[in-house]
Amino acid sequence: MATAASVPAHRGIIRRPTATTGWLSWFTTIDHKKIGILYGVSAFAFFLVGGAEALLIRAQLAKPDNTLLNADQYNQIFTMHGLTMIFLFVMPMSAAFFNYFIPLMIGARDVAFPRLNAFSYWLFLFGGLFLYSSWFLGGAPNGGWFGYPPNSTTDPSIGMTFYAIGLILTGIASSAGAINLAVTVINMRAPGMTFFRMPVFVWMGLVVQFLLAFSLPIVTVALFEMLFDRRWQTNFFEPAAGGKPLLWQNLFWLFAHPEVYILILPAFGIISEILPVFSRKPLFGYQFVVFSGIAIGFIGFGVWAHHMFAVGLGPVANTAFGITTAIIAVPTGIKIFNWMGTMYGGDLHFDTPMLMAVGAVSMFVIGGLSGVTHAVVPSDYQQTDTYYVVAHFHYVLFGGAVFGLFGGIYYWWPKVFARMLNEFWGKVQFWIMLIGFNLTFGPMHILGLGGMIRREYTYPASLGLTFWNQVATVGAFLIALSVLIFIVNAIVTQLRKPGLENEDPWDARTLEWTTSSPPPVYNFEEIPVVHALDEFWHRKYAEDKEGRLIRVPAGASDDAPDTHREHAIHLPSPSFWPLVAALGLPVIGYGVLYSWWLVGAGALLAIVGFMGWAMEPPVAD
Amino acid sequence: MADTTTHAAPAEHTSTGLPSTKLAMWIFLASECLLFGALITTYVLYRGSSTTPPYQHEVFDIAYTSVSSFVLLASSLTMVLSLVAAEKRDFARMRLWLVATALLGMTFVGGQVYEFTSFYHEGLKIGGPGSNLFGTTFYTLTGFHGVHVTVGILMLLSLVGMSWAGRLPDDQAFPVEMVGLYWHFVDIVWIVIFTVVYLIPQPKPPGT
Repeated sequence: MATAASVPAHRGIIRRPTATTGWLSWFTTIDHKKIGILYGVSAFAFFLVGGAEALLIRAQLAKPDNTLLNADQYNQIFTMHGLTMIFLFVMPMSAAFFNYFIPLMIGARDVAFPRLNAFSYWLFLFGGLFLYSSWFLGGAPNGGWFGYPPNSTTDPSIGMTFYAIGLILTGIASSAGAINLAVTVINMRAPGMTFFRMPVFVWMGLVVQFLLAFSLPIVTVALFEMLFDRRWQTNFFEPAAGGKPLLWQNLFWLFAHPEVYILILPAFGIISEILPVFSRKPLFGYQFVVFSGIAIGFIGFGVWAHHMFAVGLGPVANTAFGITTAIIAVPTGIKIFNWMGTMYGGDLHFDTPMLMAVGAVSMFVIGGLSGVTHAVVPSDYQQTDTYYVVAHFHYVLFGGAVFGLFGGIYYWWPKVFARMLNEFWGKVQFWIMLIGFNLTFGPMHILGLGGMIRREYTYPASLGLTFWNQVATVGAFLIALSVLIFIVNAIVTQLRKPGLENEDPWDARTLEWTTSSPPPVYNFEEIPVVHALDEFWHRKYAEDKEGRLIRVPAGASDDAPDTHREHAIHLPSPSFWPLVAALGLPVIGYGVLYSWWLVGAGALLAIVGFMGWAMEPPVAD
Repeated sequence: MADTTTHAAPAEHTSTGLPSTKLAMWIFLASECLLFGALITTYVLYRGSSTTPPYQHEVFDIAYTSVSSFVLLASSLTMVLSLVAAEKRDFARMRLWLVATALLGMTFVGGQVYEFTSFYHEGLKIGGPGSNLFGTTFYTLTGFHGVHVTVGILMLLSLVGMSWAGRLPDDQAFPVEMVGLYWHFVDIVWIVIFTVVYLIPQPKPPGT
């Protein structure tokens, strides 16, 4: 905080905690690296739960007329699968990477608002747990992740009320995080770190934060309207009173299409970091990759109605949105070609991060091409609400985002934990995941074009859908096996003693690798001064007269670490208050469901949390 | 960037030279524009769509709401006066104007509570049997705004309390300016809401 330094010495409501180690410190931490790890671990846990739901879906569809799940259970499970993977896995996993690496990559000691960062994390976690508590309180959300009314507003179970409140909570968490990280990138860059010297990952992070900041408020309003309709019988989406269910669709997709880019751009950023490192070449067309990312951010707000071609908006609207949808393929294509250009003529090293990145690009291309078929309105009429759509968005979001995120996990694991994940098992995981992924989602194109409707809980044998469904189910369990291999790999790796033979195992290009592994709590003993894009690379290598790379002797250009300066760095102390404030909001949420007294109690808790936060001295006395 | 470091205090060192809190407040307010944008859009979309009474022209008291709107707008003036006092380091006067701003805000919210109550007694409900789209959208839009004003009042009173207890940073003008940004934003939103909801003539409902 800019103003913190001049605050006169005084006590807060309670003594500010100081411990930065021990289990309690994880609840009070405001260190962006610890919060990043918390985000990552929580997101991965939700990934496993969402994956288990996916396996249940595939088990149910493994044979015709199956009775493993009934229709009601199936509705809840596919809805929770979608919500979990989008809001509780890919978004927070991206937040984990942004939190951990944006400050390191721009040469900052922390994010702009460390306590707000902790608040975002806790509120995301409580929002996720709030959603999942619905299983025990009368049934989970069951209206699909896009929750179309009037189905969602008239459903008698309590699930969609949990949906509305749960997504409002995680939305507030994401908004706070978005403002925090956007300010961090704009305002906390090291000297010399101009915008066009920032790593592409940081750029994609910045675009994503603005997408979040400008799309989440729209869905928040839609969710409040749904909540009011369900809880207090208002008329927003009630056709009998003149309400228009179509309003929900417009508001929802006006958020949810930018959301698609919120999910994929972080992976694009990770890929843009990995490919140059493992190709031993700078990123081809850096400016093009950056500007196409920005263009995706803008155009992403102008394509939402392509999710609604079949609802009858009329030929003019459908044509217009078909054109904008085709246009947004252009900047995406630019990125793909730049990545290929990066690899072209490079000294390619196919370590696991590289395999994951290349897998992500190639799988995303397949999903991108089926996406272009959705831009063609007559074609889309045939595909809407079939498994073809399911295949498409899993190719972009699993094929693109999840492969990309796993690439990031393998790439940065040594930085975060000072241990290398096992390469052999990493490659085994990659190949099994790639094969399993294509077996699962490839056949869904055929199923969809063959007439299999999305979200139907079973199908008769006479439709001839059995074979490809069985292939998909086998594929899903292969994916599960690959994830299991990753878990074992991660556990075995973490049981080893920390310590890297080489602090720069990948011969990387960006600033985070100039720190020790894991980085000290203050990140940089001295804030680095940046002279170029790929700063760390330029500190390591120079060119001779013929343009060949020569290694600069270690320590020749780098500032030698000066351990004596450590005591001079003042970081804010940990704090309880973000946790307290974040705890208040889900209590308000339960109160809306059950009792005004709980609303009051939650509001009081939140106010106490925020007041304690405001009154707190910057460092413990 | 590097050139800004020379004339900014070390604690204020940022890449753009702007304090991070101010930058965050502007991004937050931009985000809030979308929130109110979606709410106002909903209201406008459903204007004149109610199928049952009471309709807008039957409940609105334009003169009454004009006065309370004037009260809210006047609070922007007192907010500015408070900031001016803070910049002159006249903190007693600063607190006085902050209290005045909060009181004007409370008058507005109180007026809104009275208005809601009287509308409710005239049969305008937000939901349930006998409610209509006008009630649903009107209470939601103006209610969201009222909650924002209430949060603003809480922030103003917290500022007064913290200034009184000596818990504000030495440069008290800065937090006053930040709360002021939020406060002016909420006022400006009300100008839009007042115009759209109260002043623009309503289409005649069917069958009247």
